[in-house]
Amino acid sequence: MALMDFFKKKSSSEVAKDRLKLLLISDRTTCSTEVMELIKNDIIKVISKYMEIDSDGLDIQITQTDAEDGMGRVPALCANIPIRDMKKNVRN
Amino acid sequence: MSEVIVITSGKGGVGKTTTTANVGTGLAKLDKKVVLIDTDIGLRNLDVVMGLENRIVYNLVDVVEGNCRIKQALIKDKRYSNLYLLPSAQTRDKTAVSPEQMIKLIEELREEFDYILLDCPAGIEQGFKNAIAAADRALIVTTPEVSAIRDADRIIGLLEANDIRKIDLIVNRLRMDMVKRGDMMSIEDVVDILAIHLIGAVPDDENIVISTNQGEPLVGDSSMAGIAYMNICKRVLGEEVPFLDLNIKEGFLSKLGKLFK
Repeated sequence: MALMDFFKKKSSSEVAKDRLKLLLISDRTTCSTEVMELIKNDIIKVISKYMEIDSDGLDIQITQTDAEDGMGRVPALCANIPIRDMKKNVRN
Repeated sequence: MSEVIVITSGKGGVGKTTTTANVGTGLAKLDKKVVLIDTDIGLRNLDVVMGLENRIVYNLVDVVEGNCRIKQALIKDKRYSNLYLLPSAQTRDKTAVSPEQMIKLIEELREEFDYILLDCPAGIEQGFKNAIAAADRALIVTTPEVSAIRDADRIIGLLEANDIRKIDLIVNRLRMDMVKRGDMMSIEDVVDILAIHLIGAVPDDENIVISTNQGEPLVGDSSMAGIAYMNICKRVLGEEVPFLDLNIKEGFLSKLGKLFK
């Protein structure tokens, strides 16, 4: 039985380490609503230089997504910004 | 030049008070003038761990409220004449003191002492804010458990946000037999996860319980924990001390016993 366990199970310390690594990524990236609001305003400011956007329909959040290397889930900043038009001064 | 060190962890019961008592006593043994401040208002414990509970007249809140002078509240240790304790109040709560008052108090103590150690309460509320307000550096105490490590990570973030840049880690209550079996995270695992500088590791040693029973910190004696704590004190002073081998030497009989298992 002990031998069987050896082949199929991770040790409990490895389980703990893996759980913690994932947990801390999400703990560390949890932004307060104030910080999210600041990020949102800055993004609007930058994009508004070039485009006319619908700032009421704008949605920005930090979500979890699958990592590209397949190593579990990682946090990602997702922004959904409806564009109305390009600003005249940047049109070609 | 005096240095103000906060001993903190986030989670309760990981050994902050024991660490404060031992590091403070150890620094006093190394001829530094040290004061320990218990900032856990309402749940004071540092006095019993130091064995000074019968000598309290005034406390931290009395000093802050101006009921006495600082000198009247400081309790001189029974073994070391250069070691003092400023006990916490038992009948009040954390809101009795503000961070500004702590900063003012510690500014006064800086003139007198080489090291000012602050024993921080568990949690991240008012008591924590009071304890870190005047700190130059921090010792984070954690055990190799998921809950303690998670809280330590949160505390590290809060310390950095409060501009405390010198942060060192103490991994407490290590059981090498469990680490070897793969049932406890190793020192390397914990350092890898928290990514801060390790200043020492303390084994889970029953002598700690005995020394707390007696109210006499064991730092500097021949027990594993006593040696580990003394090494931490030397590293706090900037000395380079090699890390202790925590593997307890196995006796011949237990080795023989294992052969036949």
